[in-house]
Amino acid sequence: MILGNWSVRIGGGALAALVLIALAAPWLGTVDPTLFDAASRDLRPGEAGEITDLDGETMKHVFLMGSDSFGRDVYSRVIYGTRVSLLVGILCALLALSIGIVCGLASGYLRWLDGLLMRFMDGLMAIPAILVAIALVAMWRGSLATVVVAIAIPEIPRVTRLVRSLVLTIREEPYVEAAIALGTPTRKIMFGHILPNCIAPLVVQATYICAFSILVEAILSFLGVGLPPDIPTWGNVMAEGRAQFNDYPHNIFFPGVFLAATVLAVNILGDGLRDTLDPKMAKRV
Amino acid sequence: MLTFILRRIAATVPVLLIVAVLVFLVLRLAPGDPAAILAGDAASTEQIARIRTGLGLDRPILAQFGIWIGNVLQGDLGESFYYKTKVATLIGQRLEPTLALSTLTILIAVAVAVPLGVLAAWRFGGWFDRALMGLSVLGFSVPVFVLAYILIYVVSLRLGLLPVQGYQRIGDGFWTFLRHLVLPSVTLSVIYIALIARVTRASVLEALGEDYIRTARAKGLPEIRVLVHHALANAAVPIVTVIGIGIALLIGGVVVTESVYAIPGLGRLTVDAVLARDFPTIQGVILFFSFAYVLINFLIDLSYVFLDPRIRY
Repeated sequence: MILGNWSVRIGGGALAALVLIALAAPWLGTVDPTLFDAASRDLRPGEAGEITDLDGETMKHVFLMGSDSFGRDVYSRVIYGTRVSLLVGILCALLALSIGIVCGLASGYLRWLDGLLMRFMDGLMAIPAILVAIALVAMWRGSLATVVVAIAIPEIPRVTRLVRSLVLTIREEPYVEAAIALGTPTRKIMFGHILPNCIAPLVVQATYICAFSILVEAILSFLGVGLPPDIPTWGNVMAEGRAQFNDYPHNIFFPGVFLAATVLAVNILGDGLRDTLDPKMAKRV
Repeated sequence: MLTFILRRIAATVPVLLIVAVLVFLVLRLAPGDPAAILAGDAASTEQIARIRTGLGLDRPILAQFGIWIGNVLQGDLGESFYYKTKVATLIGQRLEPTLALSTLTILIAVAVAVPLGVLAAWRFGGWFDRALMGLSVLGFSVPVFVLAYILIYVVSLRLGLLPVQGYQRIGDGFWTFLRHLVLPSVTLSVIYIALIARVTRASVLEALGEDYIRTARAKGLPEIRVLVHHALANAAVPIVTVIGIGIALLIGGVVVTESVYAIPGLGRLTVDAVLARDFPTIQGVILFFSFAYVLINFLIDLSYVFLDPRIRY
């Protein structure tokens, strides 16, 4: 039923292709994305040049997407950048989801905690997401772990709110009342009876968090406050190309197209999943 | 009405307080001595010691928060060691470009998105509706800086119609001011247009299913009047709400857009402050943006009274 939806097919297919690209990066005619060669600086897309590997050996290489101002191969950096972006997107979604689920279940089920926890979440939501991420990265300095945590934290309140509202509806259902009457422990009711019924909307939410996280990671890298500049991410490639944009726009355009296509694929997949898994929500939006 | 306003203020204060606590914690949770971080890399031992006693860093954390929030409430956001001025003054200096950019962006977004959304709802399921919904997903997905460079490339570099980047103060002449602001605002408005158009379409669609629409059509009103006076008027509350919620997206976009277009506003200040690890400025800007966001949404809540006469507080 899910695979019958065209949005799921298109978004999922494009995403699967990107995952394949990420996994197969070393065999797609790429070189080590950190290699550079002073003789091959600022080549235009498709031009041939040379690149020196770590042993100091020079080899011929065609720069499909040109090279940057250090003489690095933009094609290799973009292809390897797929790995970083997908990894960040998936990790952020998983992290925000798991913390949000625990907070949401606790808030929806334990009344004494509800007020305090939800006021805290309201406060966190009042700070625009990118600012939270920027402040946290400024605090910790950029690495994969800190960037993932920094991007995931502002997403937690949204998950918490979603889970909480689901819990509040589901806990009134007869089967939950029956479980309570049978003396089932609270923990088992929360994770065994209530959580399984929240899964469909959570899967949909996870795809949106994934898409947004990929965007924010690229923004952080682009602004120079994300992952260190030698790591091949789409944001870093674009940040490097900024200064020479007038003469060599390829440094911005190729990673930009990949970034937009990835986020679009995840968003389309999310819309398709929403329509098939959660018809009530589809009607509302 | 007055009780409602008071109740609404009472609900807003805890949110602002938690925002303040979180912003306060940014510095305390950063690795290293807060006084040394605040003073900057070039500070002397005496300067660091002065900051430590001034902020009560040798006292318990609650007392530290008390001192800090007391200063903030008096408008004292601390001093930037990087810019060597008061953070509050700094924010004041950088406010105009950001305010101009945001205002023009919202104007463009509303002017474009609302008619598109109404049209899509009117022709629900048709090619225009489907095209608009498809484009809105695209609008959500294209990163604002990629869009910025595409527009710079086409409009400024190829066609030479508008300046590539920079900002002119409104005092230097309205025409040049506007010419520099058009491209950044259009860039920033795209995601906003996608958001508002979707919500407009959904809420107009809901209104179009109501009995009063059938009545209006039955008494022979022209279709445009039915759409604007009956459907859109009844769909106003969700649309205004989403404009308010979208301010968070807008602020995020401002940070990026100002960096790309070299606009000396608050967004650019945020990035520069982070790059210089200028914590007083980072704290000040985040506090300012968040308070503005909460305040705007508070005002929007109040505006429902005028938009929907059925709402009485």
